[in-house]
Amino acid sequence: MSTTSAEIKPGKASLLYDPKIRGYAYQFVLLAVVGFLIWSAASNAIENLRAQKIASGFGFWHNASGFDINQKLIPYDASTGTYGRAFWVGLLNTLLVASIGIVLSTFLGFFVGVARLSSNWIVSKIAMIYVEVIRNIPLLLQLFFWYNAVLKPLPNPRQSIVLPAGALLNNRGLYIPDPQFGPGGSLIIWAFLIGLVATFVFRSWARKQQAATGKQYPIGLVALGLIVVLPTLVYFATGRPITFVYPELAGFNLRGGIQIFPEFVALLIGLTTYTAGFIAEVVRAGILAVSKGQTEAAHALGLRAGPTLKLVVIPQAMRVIIPPLTSNYLNLTKNSSLAVAIGYPDLVQVFTGTVLNQTGQAVEVVAITMAVYLTISLVTSLFMNIYNKRMALVER
Amino acid sequence: MKKIARAALLAAAVAGIASSASHEARAQASRETLKTVQGRGVLNCGIGTGLAGFGIADASGTWRGMNIDFCQAVAAAVLKDAGKVKFVSLSSKDRFTALQTGESDFIAATTTWTMSRDTQLGLNFRPVYYYDGQGFMVKKATGIKSAKDLSGASICIQQGTTTELNTADYFRKNSMKFEPVTFATNNEATEAYESGRCDAFTTDQSVLYSERMRFKTPDDHLVLPETISKEPLGYIVRHGDDQWLDVISWAHYALLTAEELGVTQANVDEMREKSENPDVRRLLGKEGTFGQALGLDNDWAYRIVKAVGNYGESFERNLGQQSLLKIARGQNALWSNGGLQYAPPIR
Repeated sequence: MSTTSAEIKPGKASLLYDPKIRGYAYQFVLLAVVGFLIWSAASNAIENLRAQKIASGFGFWHNASGFDINQKLIPYDASTGTYGRAFWVGLLNTLLVASIGIVLSTFLGFFVGVARLSSNWIVSKIAMIYVEVIRNIPLLLQLFFWYNAVLKPLPNPRQSIVLPAGALLNNRGLYIPDPQFGPGGSLIIWAFLIGLVATFVFRSWARKQQAATGKQYPIGLVALGLIVVLPTLVYFATGRPITFVYPELAGFNLRGGIQIFPEFVALLIGLTTYTAGFIAEVVRAGILAVSKGQTEAAHALGLRAGPTLKLVVIPQAMRVIIPPLTSNYLNLTKNSSLAVAIGYPDLVQVFTGTVLNQTGQAVEVVAITMAVYLTISLVTSLFMNIYNKRMALVER
Repeated sequence: MKKIARAALLAAAVAGIASSASHEARAQASRETLKTVQGRGVLNCGIGTGLAGFGIADASGTWRGMNIDFCQAVAAAVLKDAGKVKFVSLSSKDRFTALQTGESDFIAATTTWTMSRDTQLGLNFRPVYYYDGQGFMVKKATGIKSAKDLSGASICIQQGTTTELNTADYFRKNSMKFEPVTFATNNEATEAYESGRCDAFTTDQSVLYSERMRFKTPDDHLVLPETISKEPLGYIVRHGDDQWLDVISWAHYALLTAEELGVTQANVDEMREKSENPDVRRLLGKEGTFGQALGLDNDWAYRIVKAVGNYGESFERNLGQQSLLKIARGQNALWSNGGLQYAPPIR
């Protein structure tokens, strides 16, 4: 005993009063409390469900579902489908509309954002009106508008509107010819992919050359040749192996072709235009954040308006744009759950709608759905953060 | 730091107590709905979102329909005042959760009694107040005369219903294809059908007739002859509260018994005073202590009939000849008239 007390150096307080140790202790206690709260909430829920004789657990996942879904990216039907399969169908539908929506809203948003800064009075005012109108109307109303006011008055299948290239439009959706690949058909896809890769390789080579020697290469022309002309040549060389199945009237609906459902189109238009309004403002803010001196310097060097924007302003603006852009992407993905209002079979509609109701297992179904949205959002932010890091100012 | 930790500990302690307390209270409440309702003085009655004949708000905002009548009958029996009902409007997607969580005391909506719902949801269905079956409605202009002609059709459906499953089954059985277009509420599904998004609309036949009445031109629509399923519509209570289940069941049986014995809203006072028929005397509380055994008083059935009439009156007023729907009694006639409505004897 006496030895231990001798080891304590004079002037040093006991462990109990060490601020660092105490800090750790408090954090540990806090963590334990939070953990206990979560655990007690979960066990409370399970206990209550048991007490009320409500089925619990995830056993329903492999049970036969027995209901049908119209839009499905993977094979699914009522006779063989399970609740788990229905979950994947819904999830893929969500990802489909979200990913296409993100791409389209980015293009539209950039276009509108730049247009709003245009020196052309009419262009900038139109862009301004677009942004103000779109941003200030609830998205749900916009979805109802696109679904009811624009898409539903289309004619019935017998009076389909005939579009170019054999496509048909009616109130069951847009029907486009379905390409069928005969023997050798896959070569065309390979040619296209090779062309795409070759274009990227050529572009980075051309850029390096330009940086080193100042010599410019016709990137656009080469890209056209590789991506369009090459597959076309292969198409004729292999004896035109692609045939199309055209949609035609059978019974009271169209048969054949690829059907794009009006619910999907309405949701896509709604999400795209709505999010584009916000992205436009983000882009405008980003561009305005680049000091005017940069533009003037570029002009002084003899760059015209287009290259100035592309080479000087946008790259610097991106640093300001990317973080809020990420949150707009996340919003778009989360907003896609409003699909439930217009009958598009997304994750929420299929899983927390039908599956929840048929199984009655609200806690499990809602927990899974929340976990999925959380995962999608975190993955999206992860990629955007990586991109952000690449674009960030390299400080020396 | 210290303060935060202390606050967190306190919060945890409070939350722990609160959660165990509310757990107890909820378990108690779910076992003793009758006491809860009487203590509250208001019956929270779960109904649908609006369906002519069963439960819909009229121009003045008053709910009317067969389900509404039943809510009032239960309030009359339990609270001695048919007006003490709070209507909780629930979509078919939310109705079970609302009952499980205690938001409503029981559900009187057009809900089909199925085995999985009865056994897996912690709920009890009983009794069947309306025997229904699923049908299809199409526009007359399509020239379709039978459900067998519906191959390839797009069909508007309300999601989270037995309808959704029956439709898939029916098309599977007959090796036909269809494109389901599902909506969260019946109104959205009906609207989509009316505006031409779908070739057919499917749900319980009573609902088809009810919705058709609301169309701009009801005569342009045809309900196909096939009945593709059994849809026994039942009242729902929470599992494990036998007394409340008895109250709900016997409120319905009292309505049926009254019809069987010829007791109506108009003559119930006279019958109570003058009738010598022992069945009538037992029903209306002149003999025996049947009401007390139920946890109510002996006038419970008298108040029910006084408030809403008997089963037949309620049916005719809301769904039958006195309504715009003009649905025939059919399977919902009394057993003595060849129907399925049958009440156990009060004795």
